[in-house]
Amino acid sequence: MTEEIIIAGFGGQGVLSMGKILAYSGIMQDQEVSWMPSYGPEMRGGTANVTVIVSDERISSPILRAYDTAIILNQQSMDKFEPEVKPGGTLLYDPNGISRQPSRKDINIFKVEGAKKAAEMGNTKIFNMIVLGAYLKIKPIVKLENVIKGLKKSLPERHHKLIPLNEDAINLGMKSVEVVQKV
Amino acid sequence: MGEIKLMKGNEALAEAIIRAGTDGYFGYPITPQSEVLEYLMASKPWETTGMVVLQAESEVASINMLYGGGGSGKKVVTSSSSPGISLMQEGLSYIAGAEIPILIVNVVRGGPGLGDIQPAQSDYFQSTKGGGHGDYRLIVLAPSSVQEMADFVPVAYDLAFKYRNPAMILSDGAIGQMMEKVEFFEPVPRLSDKEVKARYSWATNGKLKNGERRILTSLDLDPQKLEDHNHHLQEKYREIEEKEVRYEELQCDDAEYVLVAYGTSARVSLKAVKLLRDKGIKVGLLRPITLWPFPTKTIQNMVEQGVKGFLSVEMSAGQMVEDVRLAVNGKVKVEHFGRLGGVIHSPEEVVEALEQKIIGE
Amino acid sequence: MSEIALKDIIKPENLVYQKTRLMTDKELSYCPGCGHGTTHRLIMEVIEEMGKEHETVGVAPVGCSVLAYEFMNIDMQEAAHGRAPALATAIKRLWPDNIVFTYQGDGDLAAIGTAETIHACNRGEKFVIVFINNGIYGMTGGQMAPTTLEGMKTSTSPYGRDPELMGHPLKITELVAQLPGTYYVTRQSVETPSAVRKAKRAIKKAFQNQLNNAPGLSFVEVVSNCNSGWKMTPVDANNWMEENMFPFYPIGDIKVDGQLVK
Repeated sequence: MTEEIIIAGFGGQGVLSMGKILAYSGIMQDQEVSWMPSYGPEMRGGTANVTVIVSDERISSPILRAYDTAIILNQQSMDKFEPEVKPGGTLLYDPNGISRQPSRKDINIFKVEGAKKAAEMGNTKIFNMIVLGAYLKIKPIVKLENVIKGLKKSLPERHHKLIPLNEDAINLGMKSVEVVQKV
Repeated sequence: MGEIKLMKGNEALAEAIIRAGTDGYFGYPITPQSEVLEYLMASKPWETTGMVVLQAESEVASINMLYGGGGSGKKVVTSSSSPGISLMQEGLSYIAGAEIPILIVNVVRGGPGLGDIQPAQSDYFQSTKGGGHGDYRLIVLAPSSVQEMADFVPVAYDLAFKYRNPAMILSDGAIGQMMEKVEFFEPVPRLSDKEVKARYSWATNGKLKNGERRILTSLDLDPQKLEDHNHHLQEKYREIEEKEVRYEELQCDDAEYVLVAYGTSARVSLKAVKLLRDKGIKVGLLRPITLWPFPTKTIQNMVEQGVKGFLSVEMSAGQMVEDVRLAVNGKVKVEHFGRLGGVIHSPEEVVEALEQKIIGE
Repeated sequence: MSEIALKDIIKPENLVYQKTRLMTDKELSYCPGCGHGTTHRLIMEVIEEMGKEHETVGVAPVGCSVLAYEFMNIDMQEAAHGRAPALATAIKRLWPDNIVFTYQGDGDLAAIGTAETIHACNRGEKFVIVFINNGIYGMTGGQMAPTTLEGMKTSTSPYGRDPELMGHPLKITELVAQLPGTYYVTRQSVETPSAVRKAKRAIKKAFQNQLNNAPGLSFVEVVSNCNSGWKMTPVDANNWMEENMFPFYPIGDIKVDGQLVK
């Protein structure tokens, strides 16, 4: 199994940390992982993206131009990465702030109202965990228990009290994901 | 071996620097490698191993701190990225001339000039052909994973001290910034002052009790003496070329074509090998681990064994390709492919390049 | 007249002066009358008197004293032009119990190496800088230095230093005295026996500070002549130095025990 994912959105949406938690979850179940961020000035308020690969084998290129899954959280990222999803691949997006719906006919498309649900939960910071939950519902590449272990690894000790809240958000995301198109 | 961690290449390098028994790190911030100094300052190794960490006023000062510290027999290191490494070239030339073992890490970014902060491999010439003035070489190791960012630190130190020569870890922004699994080697204790004095009789840390004193200099106003010194250096370089070549061959046994690539390009090329093999094309990957000394003989053997063509895949306008061509010496086709200025080629682009530039005709 | 043999004269009881064993027997490459040789000797005498020859590391610059390591009989490193304070910073931090010093000229310390000088001083590195200021680049044949006086002729200011064109002479010693990292800053000279004695006291104080682990850097400027660069006889050069250099670069302590001298 090799899953090649791009997660893309605005800086501050928790794009990089979502990728990190996913990578850590892979490690918790003895898989090979890589986490390759966009970096530099664009991180400061602009777009941010990270390529995460989880695999049973040695990972070759950490930099890709074709993805099994694209998780898209703003319009610029939709424009940039929708064309880079492999035929038959998966696109998951949050419709909040998306003005142009995805148009490809050869990929599976899902959406999750992450921003809206996070606002309903009263904590916009767990937005990325809702989206992660939605992704894991579509592609259960890592077990939830390993995600929780991964969270423990990637969060500093003082934030461990937030783990139950994160778990709730992941579960909410799993319930909230909607199918837009299946090929 | 201990716990598996998920870390950036730069952080893994910094942790490895502490674990390798380093006595001093001297450096100046520059993207994309600032995490090294940040990690070291946050780790406070002076409270645990006694290691000195100092943010210098410039890269010029950093490299000269390495001259002083390395010259006193201590294990010292600096890290920077391309423009900073250019500033260090004067110091490196002096260090090579005075035969001082030090470690320097270049997390390469796009150039020339201020360039950008994205990953590149356009400092190959500078790293492997000397870089500063005079006839000298650095021992250059090229990691292609976060694991190797850590593992190459003690290897580079060993080579530097074995040959009294500056060693370089030539990485790039992608390997510096990406996170992968890393498992660290057991920490090596720092040498005591007594051990340093006993091991390195050339080091300047106070005249010996028998009255013998040490001078570290790269100056010899007598041209005959300077020629002799240069011959001594060249002899040392021949020995390094003979004994210290390191490389990895992947799927080369039956290969008709070989991609030659290091660092991030080797990772991309490995994926290209898979895509090409899926198409039934017999391709292998030669990954030089030491860029100097270069695996010249390995390439010559491949030519003898019937490899029909080589594609040197580099994020540069074609630098390592010259060393591949020197090794092949006109016997089969050698071409270069690579994106420039901080753009990383995709595996698909490498596939296309091999098909068009090497197989096609 | 009876013959007096050399052996009758060379006796311990007749000894009035002995060269420190921390100066090698190599003939000095400096011009007769130049202050370098005397200053070398003073530093070496101080280190010998402190009994620290086995714990001392010196750093030589680029300039006339590039070959200082041939004369100073201790462990030494030869630095790139201007970088001696960077080398010394690392040596001292890695060997805090050692005695470390740099020996630098005006071009080395106050032009190409200004950044290293100021930052080493400002960090309060605990080594000694000995700075020879003769207002000219001696080794390369008499070009203008950062400390060349206004109106002074050199090969690159053949009509005299014009501040409008070439900037002003730099009082770097006064400048570093302002930095919180310097503990002792002084300006001395070595052109007369009494000046030599005072300069030795200053150099001794600087090294004593380091031995005492004083909180900061000790900086000793020695104003010297450069008779060949100035194109004068040694005597004329000393007279010219007293008349022209000393008014602009006044001799004496500038900062003692971390306090500016009023």
